[in-house]
Amino acid sequence: MKYLLIVLGVVVLWVIYIFNSLVTLRTRAGEAWADIEVQLKRRYDLIPNLVNTVKGYATHESSAFENVTKARSAAMGATGPTEAHAQAENMLTSALKSVFAIAEAYPDLKANQNFLALQNELSDTENKIQAARRFYNTNVRDLNISIEQFPSNLIAGPFGFSKKEFFDLGDNDAAQNPVEVKF
Amino acid sequence: MTVFFVVVILFGWFFSFYYGNPDILYFFVAFSILMNVFSYWFSDKIVLTLAGAKPAKREENFVLYTSVENLAITAGLPMPKVYIVNDPAPNAFATGRNKNHAVVCVTTGLLQILDKVELEGVIAHELSHVGNRDMLLSTIVVVLVGFVSILADVFRRNLFFSRNRDSKEGSVFLIIGIVLSILAPIFAVLIQLAISRKREFLADASGALLTRYPEGLANALRKISQYSQPMVRQSNTIAHLYISDPKGLQIGKKISGLLATHPRVEDRIKALVG
Repeated sequence: MKYLLIVLGVVVLWVIYIFNSLVTLRTRAGEAWADIEVQLKRRYDLIPNLVNTVKGYATHESSAFENVTKARSAAMGATGPTEAHAQAENMLTSALKSVFAIAEAYPDLKANQNFLALQNELSDTENKIQAARRFYNTNVRDLNISIEQFPSNLIAGPFGFSKKEFFDLGDNDAAQNPVEVKF
Repeated sequence: MTVFFVVVILFGWFFSFYYGNPDILYFFVAFSILMNVFSYWFSDKIVLTLAGAKPAKREENFVLYTSVENLAITAGLPMPKVYIVNDPAPNAFATGRNKNHAVVCVTTGLLQILDKVELEGVIAHELSHVGNRDMLLSTIVVVLVGFVSILADVFRRNLFFSRNRDSKEGSVFLIIGIVLSILAPIFAVLIQLAISRKREFLADASGALLTRYPEGLANALRKISQYSQPMVRQSNTIAHLYISDPKGLQIGKKISGLLATHPRVEDRIKALVG
């Protein structure tokens, strides 16, 4: 009887330990997602400034501005680490690229301090989105491993821990081949 | 670490057995621990003063500052303080008592000779030291080494004044005690250096995991090791913190493997890129 109680006690302690570590992993992944949203929001906030600055110089390129504005609101409408959200963000990235391509044709704009600062900030924000995404994916990986691995899967199932989705922007090529900058 | 504790406990036991007066010992131990905890707690400020570092501004050092920011996000660490030492020799270190008080410091020489990818490799290495809590670990190790050395020292000093025991048991313990008092500090220091080298390899590996680009750090190490001039402002106290030996290449090469705080650069590059 005494031994049975001891064994039972150990099992209960073990269940508590596994449960708590799963909660930690889940909370961390949620926090990491919030970090991505902070960076995404920073990008949304910078875009109107960029559009206004570029508009002052390039009045005839209204379609590109419309594209960016549309892509921006589409991306802002999407939530969570879903495929659709990733696609919306990718659309926004390519729309931004076309705005920067416009700037190539306007030397005055390219020399504008405000524009240069915005360009710097936006490329920095893009790097930060990538960094935050990597941190999020690392946390999701740890959570998913814990949920699937024996014996923690015995706890994860009954207590309703579910796997989270990776946030993949499909830019792995860029990570493997560093961008070449030529002057 | 376990070996370390065993050495300390064994030695302390022999000492108190032979000498029979543990009061002085307690005083020394308390003193050394206090000193080390103090220097650990204020490590960021002390080290920055010793190195002569100035804070980096986001506007002036955009690449450096944003690289640190991005890698801190990737590692899930709070943003550390970024400092710059005005020195043409390329070098970098990280310190601080925990991740909330972390400091990353680079020299102007490092910013000059490295490109962005290589700089990121170095910063990732330094941030890994923060993430792996190497400052705490090395403080503990230093406390233990100091502990052993003090014990050995006090033991040997007192041998000359207490030769009045003639029993057989006493003399056996005396001999073991003398041998241990000579060997223990040597082993303690060797263990300390071995731990330091292991942590460097670990920081290299975690750093490569952060950037996903081990060649960046490998190239940076190659460039840093090619620069053979010593740093203008050296301090032995913080030499072990730097990513490469501040005294320059010549002296670093002469030190044999067992006595170096850092592994050989060739070995580190080999571990990184195979």
